[in-house]
Amino acid sequence: MTRIVIVGAGPAGIAAAEVLCAQGYRPVLIDEGHRAGGQGYRQPSAGLTLDMRRLMGGEAGKYEAIHARFDLIEDKIDYRPRTLVWAIDGAALHLLSDGRVDVLEADTLLLATGAMDRVAPVPGWTLPGVLTLGGAQVALKDQGCLIGQRVAFLGSSPLMLLAARQYREMGGEVAVVADTTPLGAKAAALPPMLRAPRTLLRGLIYMASALQAGTPLLHGVTPLAVEGDGHVEELRLRDSSGRERRFACDAVALGHGLKPETQLADLAGASFAYDVDFRLFLPRTDGFGRSRPGLYLAGDGATIGGADAAEASGALAAHAILTDLGVTQDVGAVRRAARKVARLRSFQRGLARAFAWPVAQIRAQPDDTILCRCENVTIGAVRTAMAQTLGPVEVNRVKAMTRCGMGRCQGRVCGPALQEIVAGMTGDEGRSAGRLRGQAPVKPIPLTAAEGTAS
Amino acid sequence: MSGGRGQFRRVAQRSGPRVTVMFDGAPLIATEGDSILAALLSHGLLLRRHEFGAEPRAGFCLMGACQDCWIWSGHGGRLRACTTPVTDGMALFAQPRPVLPPA
Amino acid sequence: MTVATADVGIIGGGLIGAWTALFLARRGQSVVVFEKGVVGAQSSGTNFGNLRLQGRFPAQYPLSMRSQALWEDLNALIGEDCEFAMTGHLYMAFDAEEAARLEGYADVSERNGLVIERLAPADLRRCFPWLSDKVAAATYSPRDATANPRLVTPAVARAARQAGAVFHENTRVSAVARQGESFVVRTVDGRELSCGSLVNCAGAWAVEIAECFGETAPVFTAGPPQFVTEPMPFMIVPSLQTIDGSVIARQTERGNVILAGYPRTAADAVANRAPVPPVKTLAAMRALARLVPALADAHVIRVWSGIEGYVPDMIPVIGPSQTQAGLFHAFGFCGHGFQIGPGVGLCLSEMILDGATATPLEPFSIGRFRAATTVSEKFRKEFD
Repeated sequence: MTRIVIVGAGPAGIAAAEVLCAQGYRPVLIDEGHRAGGQGYRQPSAGLTLDMRRLMGGEAGKYEAIHARFDLIEDKIDYRPRTLVWAIDGAALHLLSDGRVDVLEADTLLLATGAMDRVAPVPGWTLPGVLTLGGAQVALKDQGCLIGQRVAFLGSSPLMLLAARQYREMGGEVAVVADTTPLGAKAAALPPMLRAPRTLLRGLIYMASALQAGTPLLHGVTPLAVEGDGHVEELRLRDSSGRERRFACDAVALGHGLKPETQLADLAGASFAYDVDFRLFLPRTDGFGRSRPGLYLAGDGATIGGADAAEASGALAAHAILTDLGVTQDVGAVRRAARKVARLRSFQRGLARAFAWPVAQIRAQPDDTILCRCENVTIGAVRTAMAQTLGPVEVNRVKAMTRCGMGRCQGRVCGPALQEIVAGMTGDEGRSAGRLRGQAPVKPIPLTAAEGTAS
Repeated sequence: MSGGRGQFRRVAQRSGPRVTVMFDGAPLIATEGDSILAALLSHGLLLRRHEFGAEPRAGFCLMGACQDCWIWSGHGGRLRACTTPVTDGMALFAQPRPVLPPA
Repeated sequence: MTVATADVGIIGGGLIGAWTALFLARRGQSVVVFEKGVVGAQSSGTNFGNLRLQGRFPAQYPLSMRSQALWEDLNALIGEDCEFAMTGHLYMAFDAEEAARLEGYADVSERNGLVIERLAPADLRRCFPWLSDKVAAATYSPRDATANPRLVTPAVARAARQAGAVFHENTRVSAVARQGESFVVRTVDGRELSCGSLVNCAGAWAVEIAECFGETAPVFTAGPPQFVTEPMPFMIVPSLQTIDGSVIARQTERGNVILAGYPRTAADAVANRAPVPPVKTLAAMRALARLVPALADAHVIRVWSGIEGYVPDMIPVIGPSQTQAGLFHAFGFCGHGFQIGPGVGLCLSEMILDGATATPLEPFSIGRFRAATTVSEKFRKEFD
């Protein structure tokens, strides 16, 4: 029987596996994590006493459902946790699990690799105590910890208010929720957001609850710096009226939405196109998740859509896989899933305007702001290299000349900001900066992993 | 490390066997199931000193993506603190260790 | 249509083109360089970075030694040091047969003016305690060096530009031909250059140019599969090489360990791609861990390759055209062009301006391909 491999055990991967199982297939489900669920529906690690119903709030039902659904299929699939796909070579997936490498041939590959936070650098963002917004949630959900006692939330994302609420519920203080997008932009983005009224309503409820708790809630801020001697002590910003404000805090949760993890799609041969709404290069798919023959993409790893879109697009991609294998699918179910995915992804485009990636702010950051955390390369170093005669004008060349993006994370964190700085200096739109070329390994692998493999 | 204050605030208890971890030679108590990152940051304010500049770092994304939390272990290898659970007797270091065994 | 005239036209903005342009411009020549991408983007920018003197093709030594003197003067020549470091080079054997070959290379090196130290296992343990005890013998050449290839070509090009050379990046040549006493070069974007002399240093793409003038060479493309580790505490000073080809490695000052090895990978000059098969990376990882056990826990963070031009006899094509006066070739460097780059540029400038160069270059003539091509032993060993 044909071997179908799914990479990623979040809602997209689980939903896809479910559809395949129901029609008699036994896919391999590769999970880099210890337990299924991905990031958004992460389960607490073993032994932790955490009231997940309370923490997940309105999402509690979906959280429990996805885990229940996984439990039902777990022994019907070939589930491989703690396994990293570090390279793809044609049909061969190169795996690393428990310190040793292995190879798995896939006839059909579905990548559901999810997303990570997108961040805009700000002076002081490498201080201990500054974490991503997603990281602030993982600290709580996975480890039962708040990232600090008094946390400032900075960036622009609908998840900021949710996270702030969770932190307040668990006894933390919220110093401020500082959104870089002006309130006006949110109002203007209202019409497309009405396509998902329940989600919109939830957002408004979180906002109301923040105000009720007395949390300072600012819009249209310009971050100035995170200050502190060896660790976070204060967040300094300019509010929408131009006034400088300081907020004493011991941690900052930083986030400007999500960006798909597309490294494996790149290695698998997906083609990419620049998306003007998200200002990211995203892998191209048809409306059903097809990328190229034998390659399918679903969930936030294909394009940001949120958890519900991830589930629906996972199922949709599974239907596409089966159709392409000659197995007739329920046309009605497929059409409904496709419409749901389209509606939710369109909603996300509205969100991208309401919670905007702060292009102008990034381009205006001072020279001594660190851009590449791994190699400690400043924005100034990039500007200087680009201004030279015969200087670089696209991101791969900037990387070669400045080392920005050459560290352990290979541009995952600095990539989007680097894009804007390079494009800003060439006076062109985002896409002209080019796309960072992907190469194996997608994450660092130790030399010892190769021991004992065939010569 | 500064006097006793940790970056993280534990708000949910973990049941399970206690685990002793050495960080820069000082013992700290954690619980089986804790990630190295959470264990160290519950007691202190940094995970490592950066290779280029020696400034303190304490992780960033907590989901194995940013690669900022690689910490030095006693046997010479590095461990990604956010995705690696603590084990009893683990020796961890904030600074790069000389990779050569003593002559 | 932009029409221009220059003393010298150069096709290819890699290391050779940049150095040649620099030396010509400094001697008052007007020079135009056409580069289809950006300067130094191909193998000039992706190679390992060795400025190795040990173990070269014997007839290459005069060129090589002349070139190394230029590398040692890099900062004075172009105003940037590009991380040049006189690291020395350690050439290693694992058994008696390999040790004998090492000795053969050492002999040749010494006859050409290099100082070579022979090291027995006890010396190796003392000087390089991180080295595996499986190394049976080694030769050390202190004058060998390394530099950062990503930085060099753009830096040389900047200096050449400052001296008056003109560089057209993102400019692909569409046609070349004789035009009376001169040459005409046309580009895809509508430029036309008339030049008295023409240099063909278009790397893996140079054969197309040569064939316009009735000459050819059996160039094929391949890439050096390389990887780099995360930064590790610095401990390896010399550039390392095993004579069996499994390890070519060096540690940068920042601590990253770069490794290149054989067999080489396929490279597609048309699609501009040189993918690295993961199994080759794994083999290289094993080889490095075996040679330097202390690095066993290091993590690989990136692999890459490049597009290099090779010929089966494993020596480059350098020198005057055999069919056209005023045309000069310099391509097919078989993965060892970085070290001789500046020397080649200097020799080409002398051939153009003085009619000859004192450095013997006859073994590298393109004319050798009119007879049957020999296939080097190295070729058999270094490719699969």
